[in-house]
Amino acid sequence: MTVSVPEPPGTLPGRLRRAAADGRTLTARALAHWARRPGEVAVGLLFPVVLVLMMGYLFGGQMTVPGGGSYREFIMPGMFAMTMLFGLETTFAAVATDAAKGVTDRFRAMPMASSAIVVGRGAADLIHSAAALTVMTGCGLLIGWRWHDGPGGALAGLGLLLLLRFALLWVGVYLGLVANGPESLVAVQILVWPVGFLSSAMVAPSTMPGWLGTAAEWNPLSATVTACRELFGGAGAGGGSWASGHSVALAVAWPLLITAVFFPLAVRRHRHLSR
Amino acid sequence: MRVPPSAIVAEGLRKRYGGTEALAGIDLEVPAGTVHGLLGPNGAGKTTVVRILTTLVRPDGGRAEVAGHDVAREAARVRARIGLVGQNAAVDEVLSGRQNLVMFGRLYGLDARAARLRADGLLDRFRLTGTGGTPAGKYSGGMRRRLDLAASMILAPPVLFLDEPTTGLDPRSRAEVWDEVRALARGGTTVLLTTQYLEEADRLAEGISVIDHGRVIATGTPEALKSRAGGDRVDVVVRDAARLDEAAAIVARAAGVHAAVDRDALSAGAPVTDRVGALTEAVRALDEAGIAVADIGLRRPTLDEVFLRLTGAGPGEPAAAGTAEVPA
Ligand SMILES: Nc1ncnc2c1ncn2[C@@H]1O[C@H](COP(=O)(O)OP(=O)(O)OP(=O)(O)O)[C@@H](O)[C@H]1O
Ligand SMILES: [Mg+2]
Repeated sequence: MTVSVPEPPGTLPGRLRRAAADGRTLTARALAHWARRPGEVAVGLLFPVVLVLMMGYLFGGQMTVPGGGSYREFIMPGMFAMTMLFGLETTFAAVATDAAKGVTDRFRAMPMASSAIVVGRGAADLIHSAAALTVMTGCGLLIGWRWHDGPGGALAGLGLLLLLRFALLWVGVYLGLVANGPESLVAVQILVWPVGFLSSAMVAPSTMPGWLGTAAEWNPLSATVTACRELFGGAGAGGGSWASGHSVALAVAWPLLITAVFFPLAVRRHRHLSR
Repeated sequence: MRVPPSAIVAEGLRKRYGGTEALAGIDLEVPAGTVHGLLGPNGAGKTTVVRILTTLVRPDGGRAEVAGHDVAREAARVRARIGLVGQNAAVDEVLSGRQNLVMFGRLYGLDARAARLRADGLLDRFRLTGTGGTPAGKYSGGMRRRLDLAASMILAPPVLFLDEPTTGLDPRSRAEVWDEVRALARGGTTVLLTTQYLEEADRLAEGISVIDHGRVIATGTPEALKSRAGGDRVDVVVRDAARLDEAAAIVARAAGVHAAVDRDALSAGAPVTDRVGALTEAVRALDEAGIAVADIGLRRPTLDEVFLRLTGAGPGEPAAAGTAEVPA
């Protein structure tokens, strides 16, 4: 029973090293969760694929894409972005579960870097979303989606998608800390769908009635979707409105704005746990 | 590191949640190497005290030192010296017990090898070796508690906080946790343990602080607390549940203090000073009221009654007919 008490590192480099190590430990923890629940992970990865097939083959025949092109190619960027949006549920559920089970409190009473709780979560969720994007890319290629403007544009599009996911991390952490427990996941799921439908993900806003179209046009999700359509080329690219003309800039600005709002909120909420 | 004479010192801790005064000025002093019981009913403020002492919550007022370090100004140093077993077993329910312990070991700053060695040692010590890869969420309540305890012991902390460590455990698991706490105390660990059971505090703790409504209402050794409640009790068991309140009022009048009512046992009892006089009076009044009595007699106080006297009606308070304390 002789384990000496390691003093908390005092110097800045020491603290950073410790924060990085603790962040890695908690990332590994999240990955270990998924390794223990492969079925759940598979379902999570395949759900957007099923959605693509449903939208593409069941409804696709009825849909016309403004400016022409195949509907299946049109929805792929939308489905990529929806996949990022679904990631919000992963973050929320994990944060809310840890808070409700007292695991967060245990971490907070330990001599570890407190940043690691969020860093570990964020890194793991980004890895998860990158995996989901890979699966979706494969799915898209199988049903006829292509990038028409070279791999550079495709990678830039995927980068914008991950940037959106990064912004949604803070929304998920904040909501997870505010919620009374993981049971509120249903509420988050209910929130996710209208945001998805009221965007350019599945339907072009120009075909929506008046103000709905305007709302959809300015939905942060639409910015990323439209920017991806531009960067991938092909169906749905190019549009008349100001928002679609500046989609790439908006797809950078929106996530930054979301981060600027929700990151401080999440940090404050985390501090508030000690009030 | 200077060796503090007291492992835990708290002075005038206050904490308010909205309209609720959770702590109204708590003083506490726990000598190093002893087990101290924090005893109180639901909502007394036990968890709030533990959360302040473990750096999870900032007090609105007062100060506290744990292992010689101020909980507010030197939180990191305090955290390196404490273990916390919260009111709910806070382990990762998806990971196995071993994965949990290795993870916590890493977060305590052990390298991978040391963390694994430590995890195996603790699994062995807490009889969790046979669990293999079973997720901790599938453990029994007792096993999860033991895992929780093991996780808080990774650094063999000098000060350990246990918030209701045996609530919800069966008698056997409870005895196991008690054995573990005793073993830790023998090893020199200071333990602060909260409980709603006086029996638990009586068995484990050298000192007890009884808290209620955010205040320490009594403090001392279990023996001192028992003798403080003093005297014998008159206890009556009625046959008809409908007449229990009436009987309680009669006992209270005869004793001159509140009577404690146990609705399951159909009994009412109160401490008495004039033993024979109170008993005679109670028998006479019960008879006069025509209440059928299954049992009546004089009894030494149990610790639960001491507790009730301290947290419920104070010994000096006059009994109001018809009002009775219902034991927790
Ligand atoms: N985070 C909080 N927000 C609001 N009120 C709180 C909070 N934490 C505690 N309280 C209130 O403070 C009081 C003391 O609570 P505390 O949890 O410390 O009691 P306790 O003695 O641990 O009770 P129990 O035996 O039920 O665990 C209660 O009235 C409780 O409702
Ligand atoms: Mg409590």
